[in-house]
Amino acid sequence: AAAMAMMNADLRRERAAATFQTELLTHILDGGAERTRRRKEIEALVLNDPDFQHEDLNFLSRSERYEQAIRKSSLMVMKLREYGIADPEEIYWFKSFVHRGRPEPLDLHLGMFLPTLLTQATPEQQDRFFMPAWNLDIIGTYAQTEMGHGTHLRGLETTATYDPATQEFILNSPTVTSIKWWPGGLGKTSNHAIVLAQLYTQGQCKGLHAFIVPIRQLGTHEPLPGITVGDIGPKFGFDEIDNGYLKMDNYRIPRENMLMKYAQVEPDGTYVKPVSDKLTYGTMVFIRSLIVGDSARSLSRACTIAIRYSAVRHQSELKPGEPEPQILDYQTQQYKLFPLLATAYAFHFVGAYIKNTYHRISGDISDGDLSELPELHALTAGLKAFTSWTANAGIEECRMACGGHGYSRCSGIPDIYVTFTPSCTYEGENTVMMLQTARFLVKSYTQVTSGQQVTGMVSYLNDLSRQRIQPQHVAARTVTVRINDPASLVEAYKARAARLVEAAAKNLQAELNHRKSKEEAWNRTSVDLVRASEAHCHYVVVKLFTAKLSEVSNAAVRAVLTELCLLYALYGISKNTGDFLQVGILTDAQITQVNQSVKELLAIIRPNAVALVDSFDFHDVHLGSVLGRYDGNVYENMFEWAKKSPLNKTEVHQSFHKHLKPMQSKL
Amino acid sequence: SVNPDLASERQTASFSVEKLTVWLDGGVENTRTRRAVVEAIESDPVFSRENQYFQSQNERYEAAVRKAVHLQKKMHEMGWTENGPEYKYIYRALAGDVAFLLHRIFVRSISMLGSDKQIAKWIPLASQYQLIGSYAQTELGHGTYLQGLETTAVFDSTTQEFILNTPKISAMKWWPGDMGRSATHTVAFAQLYIQGKCYGVHPFIVQIRSLRDHSLCPGITAGDIGPKMSFEHADNGFLLLQGVRVPRENMLSKFCEVQPDGTYVRWGSQKINYFTMTSVRISLLSDEVIMPTMKACTIAIRYSVVRRQSKLKPGEQEAKILDYQTQQEKLLPQLAAAYAFYFINDYLQELFDNGYKEIQKKNFDMLPELHAFSSGFKAVVTQHCTSAVEICLRACGGHGYSLLSGLPSLYTKILASCIYEGENTILLLQTARFLIKCFMAASAGQPVPPSVTYLAAVKPRRCPAKNKLDFLSPDIYTEAYQHMAARLVSSTAAKLQDLIQSGVKKHDAWNQCTVQLAQASKAHCHYIAVKNFAETVEKLQTQAGIQEIMKHLCDLFALHGIFSNAGAFLHDGYLSGAQMDMVTASYLDLLPIIRKDAVPLVDAFDFTDRSLNSALGSYDGHVYQRLYEWAQKSPTNKQMSPAYEKYLKPLLHNKLSKL
Repeated sequence: AAAMAMMNADLRRERAAATFQTELLTHILDGGAERTRRRKEIEALVLNDPDFQHEDLNFLSRSERYEQAIRKSSLMVMKLREYGIADPEEIYWFKSFVHRGRPEPLDLHLGMFLPTLLTQATPEQQDRFFMPAWNLDIIGTYAQTEMGHGTHLRGLETTATYDPATQEFILNSPTVTSIKWWPGGLGKTSNHAIVLAQLYTQGQCKGLHAFIVPIRQLGTHEPLPGITVGDIGPKFGFDEIDNGYLKMDNYRIPRENMLMKYAQVEPDGTYVKPVSDKLTYGTMVFIRSLIVGDSARSLSRACTIAIRYSAVRHQSELKPGEPEPQILDYQTQQYKLFPLLATAYAFHFVGAYIKNTYHRISGDISDGDLSELPELHALTAGLKAFTSWTANAGIEECRMACGGHGYSRCSGIPDIYVTFTPSCTYEGENTVMMLQTARFLVKSYTQVTSGQQVTGMVSYLNDLSRQRIQPQHVAARTVTVRINDPASLVEAYKARAARLVEAAAKNLQAELNHRKSKEEAWNRTSVDLVRASEAHCHYVVVKLFTAKLSEVSNAAVRAVLTELCLLYALYGISKNTGDFLQVGILTDAQITQVNQSVKELLAIIRPNAVALVDSFDFHDVHLGSVLGRYDGNVYENMFEWAKKSPLNKTEVHQSFHKHLKPMQSKL
Repeated sequence: SVNPDLASERQTASFSVEKLTVWLDGGVENTRTRRAVVEAIESDPVFSRENQYFQSQNERYEAAVRKAVHLQKKMHEMGWTENGPEYKYIYRALAGDVAFLLHRIFVRSISMLGSDKQIAKWIPLASQYQLIGSYAQTELGHGTYLQGLETTAVFDSTTQEFILNTPKISAMKWWPGDMGRSATHTVAFAQLYIQGKCYGVHPFIVQIRSLRDHSLCPGITAGDIGPKMSFEHADNGFLLLQGVRVPRENMLSKFCEVQPDGTYVRWGSQKINYFTMTSVRISLLSDEVIMPTMKACTIAIRYSVVRRQSKLKPGEQEAKILDYQTQQEKLLPQLAAAYAFYFINDYLQELFDNGYKEIQKKNFDMLPELHAFSSGFKAVVTQHCTSAVEICLRACGGHGYSLLSGLPSLYTKILASCIYEGENTILLLQTARFLIKCFMAASAGQPVPPSVTYLAAVKPRRCPAKNKLDFLSPDIYTEAYQHMAARLVSSTAAKLQDLIQSGVKKHDAWNQCTVQLAQASKAHCHYIAVKNFAETVEKLQTQAGIQEIMKHLCDLFALHGIFSNAGAFLHDGYLSGAQMDMVTASYLDLLPIIRKDAVPLVDAFDFTDRSLNSALGSYDGHVYQRLYEWAQKSPTNKQMSPAYEKYLKPLLHNKLSKL
């Protein structure tokens, strides 16, 4: 035990050599020393609580994992109230420590069902449903996605037909494709669902509306007559969640179960239109900003594991006759991992920016100033896609950088990946998100060309109209790009975004001139449009990272963040050289210099690499990785872990007696 | 009946699907044999994969063992032999879900590394399954770098035995398949010590489990290494050796031997060892990498014509998602790559067969080139295909994330190929070493293998293309790839020389250039793949029906590579900015052309529904119905979850309302 308590010598050496204090950087990531203290306090509440202990989830079946998750979620709700934790961010921390960063079966109840009641139910409905739901007599989910329809909401097929004779809605799933499919907690956990359906009254379709639908009998938990409900089967990840299906056959609910704070159906069937509801924009912005933060956190976890392991693992030889070096000393390994580390930091700051901007704007909402909301909405759509795509690929690179052991579930990275990767799809499929941002960019471009000014992150488009981008103009500007100055690199990214937005807008116009329909022209330009959005998002990330540097007061921390920021910006150029070369934003010689600088930065960052992941401050329990343990005692703990594998439960596996032995005696 | 959305795709095919299938198989005889094998396997209920997605690790393992045992019987019944034409299709039909694959490597290693006497003793036992073998090379602390292995085998001349030991935890054997639960024997690699002197890594046959009751032998600790991202059916194992004694005759001794008095004798050439690695790397590409990619394309493309979402034209029906340019741009380049790598596999196979003939004549001249090609292409193809399968998975939206789509298991399995049989980065650097050496030789006017003579001709040039149609000429784009590869090799070689001349030590200089070296290797392989595709199309002149569509795919493969790696072609001005716009235009123009034949192009791969095992990708396109039916079979729906009684019920019944 004494030996286990010791830190691996390589990691100890790495930590001693860091040029900055890791806590100071942790405080910046948390948003202040006080926030760090509070986070750790909540973390300790959970980690020291024996009620939240359990066997390693890797060894449990799907059913057992679901069971553990339900057990912990029930306890969690009680304890949150016992401790009086009510701040949304603090609840998020608590939940994330209890479930170790995994989703849980009550997510939809807590995250969608309750908030939807709050925002869309009438006071009378809140009386009927909110307290029972708050006390978990009612467990609800949010059933929107259908088997045949996801991001494109207008295509949903479930119907709710009003019957004035009984004052009820009749719910139906008219086709196989209309079966509700995927909602979390729907399969086994929930007894109610908020169902989105096309409303029919007085013979007319009034579009999508939300209905509170009881699905299981209170008391027995058996499905109600007219309801077919179940689990959709095994998935890539999300083993803890009973994603479900729901089929309704002439299922009747009272008129009062339609959420009627905005739109209403009167007893005689008269439909009353909602007053416009810009707030739904706000909810989407909020959820997407969470995904940006999640991209940062998931990538940070993967980087922590891969970088610590790379400092512990020794392999091959760099210099003849010398001991095997840490694999983190190989340039190719640094080239895989350090740009991802820089990306994780960049995304942290982007996530914080969106969250703060959202809070600032939603402060304005009560004052009625929503003018910034459309831009923020357009921006977060693209950033959600940009960061989740990048993090998704980055997590896989981290796993592969751990070689064979990364493939074992004991590394923890497979779990991070399968948990994170659906965020490229849910809350808006990424390609569709990119095209939403593109729509805003093209609109802004059109405004500029018609002589109007635009503001905010797209204001660089104003420059396009003043000094039309001519190849020679831009070429003349290239000398001014200083590749070791983040502010100057922001300008280079800006020029790239401007050029790609302009190119996409012009191609779109050209298609329109060929007398194509608007939709067809848009489709034939969509690859260009996605590229334009990506360039815009990339520019925003570089800009926000650069802006963050000036806010850092500690010189040592600022120095190391500046190196990361430069690496992020330069690596991005080296991976997209075509965009920068084609219109002469940078010259051949500068690109060669960029590639050289990237390699120099790898060597500069190398001594701080372990300290930089330590600053993310993931507790071992939360990290869930044998390879990424803080103490670096990897190999002995892999052995301990493997001994618990289900295949090792008996010394001789039953298949020996059933299959192997009979074969051997026969042949 | 077939879903009308899929049926209509098949009516408009520009070529005969059956013709293409036969051509891909290499002749009508092969197609017939393949279909017969697939039919025999799939109609046998023991080989069914129906419940695979619902099984636990223990159940998957047991099924794999049961299938492996049954396969012996089946082969005997059908009259299939290991040298027969059917053999290569068996594994494809089983989709790899079978135990004892490492047993085959055990057999192969004894045949390659054992003396005639050893072969005579062990091979009959192994082929009769009197024993089950494994192959224990990788350790907890060491993988690709073999010299670093730490297991020891010390010769004891008094008893004429080797004493095998695992001196520390990182030396434990870790990962070998079939070793966790099944194997009775293994070939273990260990550092050989005689009288205190180390002679390097050697292979030893070690018995690990009793042939009577399967219990572990004295001194052996072995077991399963725990759950992985995939390969649930395989019992990858660990092995700890403590004073395990094996007779002197158990060291495989084709090339060297320890004599009774402890004298170490070496004979013959060990170069042939490289040849084994080369052969394994080439043979894994087809079954483990290219086939799964073709399956993923089949699933994603069929689903994309069944799935309708949003509207392209107001007032019309919702559009098939394959009609969206962005969806085409995700999937069609992967389809083109699947074809490109299918052809590269043929190319490598031919290269390998020629090499083998020479080696049998004791001519080892081709070995370096073969080794470089197999390393580079193993890395490039596995990496490309892994990302292709992931793209297919994500292009299927939410349903791709369900195990029932078949895509997650294809993905988690293929991605292991980036690591096993040599970690990709290390392999690319091996190829780079060969390229740099050839470049130096070529620059000095010495002869080099024909595949790399192009390296001698690096000079500043400009692409002659005048308009976007010029970029549909194989000569134009092949030359662009050639130029780019040659530039990357020559500039990296120059950088290396500069560093060395400025006083940097050779190994330091090498490490400082490794990022560029890896890029140069990839560029070389990409060039060869494009060139080979173009030549394959050229040779199709007699098959006019399929030549045209193959030409489109070849163009797409080439232009996609330029489009997504534009900087490398623009860098020294080989392509101008205006030419890059032409490339983009031509590339995007190809998408709707290939779109029309997308379904026939995946139909031609000729996968049965059983082998795809996907609710999204079946031939009849009844996606939603199947998804719904398969979900009902999930064990989670079979009974009331115990979680309800244990946790939900108390939760729902007022335990909380007091709060």
